[in-house]
Amino acid sequence: MRRLPYLWTLLFLALAVLLSIAIGSVFIPSVDLWRILTGWLSAAPLPESLKTFAFIIVSIRLPRTALVLLTGAALGGSGAAYQGLFRNPLADPYLIGVASGAGLGAAAAMSIQWPYTFWGLLAVPLVGFLAAMLTVLLVYSLARVGKTVPTTNLILAGVAFSAFATSLTSFLMLRSTGELRRAFAFLLGGFTQAGWNPVLTILPFLAIGLGFLILSGHALNLLQFGDDQAQQLGLPVTRTKTLILVAASLATAAAVSFSGIIGFIGLIVPHVMRLWWGVDYRRLLPLSIIGGAGALLLADVLARVVMAPQELPVGILTALVGAPFFLWVLRYAKNQGYW
Amino acid sequence: MTMLQIENLFVSYGPRCVLHDVSLEVNSGEVLALIGPNGAGKSTLVRAASGVIPLDGGTILTNGDDLAALPPMRRARYLAVVPQAVSLPPAFTAWETVLMGRTPYLNFLGQTSASDEDVVRRALQRVEALDLAERRVGELSGGEQQRVLLARALAQSTPILLLDEPTAHLDLQHQVSLMEMVRQLAHRDGLVVLTALHDLNLAARYADRVALLVGGKIKAAGTPRQVLTPELISAAYHLPVAVVPHPFADALLVLPGAAKPPMS
Repeated sequence: MRRLPYLWTLLFLALAVLLSIAIGSVFIPSVDLWRILTGWLSAAPLPESLKTFAFIIVSIRLPRTALVLLTGAALGGSGAAYQGLFRNPLADPYLIGVASGAGLGAAAAMSIQWPYTFWGLLAVPLVGFLAAMLTVLLVYSLARVGKTVPTTNLILAGVAFSAFATSLTSFLMLRSTGELRRAFAFLLGGFTQAGWNPVLTILPFLAIGLGFLILSGHALNLLQFGDDQAQQLGLPVTRTKTLILVAASLATAAAVSFSGIIGFIGLIVPHVMRLWWGVDYRRLLPLSIIGGAGALLLADVLARVVMAPQELPVGILTALVGAPFFLWVLRYAKNQGYW
Repeated sequence: MTMLQIENLFVSYGPRCVLHDVSLEVNSGEVLALIGPNGAGKSTLVRAASGVIPLDGGTILTNGDDLAALPPMRRARYLAVVPQAVSLPPAFTAWETVLMGRTPYLNFLGQTSASDEDVVRRALQRVEALDLAERRVGELSGGEQQRVLLARALAQSTPILLLDEPTAHLDLQHQVSLMEMVRQLAHRDGLVVLTALHDLNLAARYADRVALLVGGKIKAAGTPRQVLTPELISAAYHLPVAVVPHPFADALLVLPGAAKPPMS
């Protein structure tokens, strides 16, 4: 297990994808999955018995799997980036207010009850996304000191603004009691509204955000030595920190806008990867992205299955299952003590 | 022949002027020790010269090239800094830490080649820390960490080396061995070495020239014998001192007297 981190993590992801496609209110046995897949690949028409399964896969399971995968990837990747950027093991993707901003935007959009046209269906996620990015911009501007952006200021401004946004959100939710349940469901996080539209909508943002983060591993390694030393070694510190912040926030905001606020993945997956495979961010970032995708897929499968036919909010399961697993890893991993 | 010219430097932290019209020159093959009481601005000068703090005025030149105008990546090829060995990321190995020193020559992804690894190996050998290469920095002692940081600066392959109180947390034998290495880097390898030092006797023994910084201004600059005089040192440190010849080395020894009672 010491070697081949990519192999093990990708295997984990593949397994999670498989389970996500197979499991649901209708269980698709792996034998049939295999026959459908080979049928598609050979371009032969599928036998009647499999056509229902194939339909379920294409129109329900695949889009949902894709959305969950992308969301988990975004949370894992930006969680690792935030932990590296802030040099703080408690950092998660929501540290500087992306979640609270998105929540506020979503609650505001829901409370004015946009009509359910196509634009209306996208209204909540869109406003959520814009509100999230605006929040980051606001927090960043508040935290600036001259030409630099001190890390502590970012954290403090983010925490303060999050508290403000959260209370405003609660107020909005109280005022528009009709939408209360919907808003609450959004805040707990879930994938009930999955489809190909959300996937295609968030894909470009994730590609840009996560793509940049994967390339920033070396820069994040340098930042671990502190802003001064990183600069003295040749890194343009302020510019790099800003770009990483924007990229991570872009990915998080896009993910949160459709899936709501799912906690724990962004915090814990990077730690597990770090405990197993070390602190080099050139490796930690891609591994956190893959691991986050797999972990959220597993949580989503459980969310569908545990209280079937009802779906639990995913956020409940990520913590419920993730916490014991993480504690086990913390206890027995070789790399412990070397954060 | 490279040299470092600091001319008429003004640096402030907000409204407070911390460095006032500071001018220094260090030549290739020379160790200049920057001494002065706490708060005089020694660390500030090192940070300003390396581009971490903006300058309010003045220039930093090397052979006529303006260092302050260069982007960080280019400046890091001229000038390397050895900071104090405090709060280093504990999880990186010594090898990985020294490899960071190659950053000015790597692309954004930080991809290294065999020649980079050669430089790292030679840097670790130079500071006698090659056997520590696979150890995690968090496990090393203060002296070992400081040597790793020196190796990292050497891996940057720069003509100019700045050190910020490198002996601050080291015990006696590590102080001496580090300063021996630093002196060799100047005399044998021809580097331009500027080091802030709080220990006057190390400055007396290992520096070719000394500059005394008090309250942000250069009070004196010259050879150790010219600067480490009882008058200058006791005025700067508010303490009577005796300066005697070192019993077995060709250097001076600064001995502090009793502290003056607080001004009534």
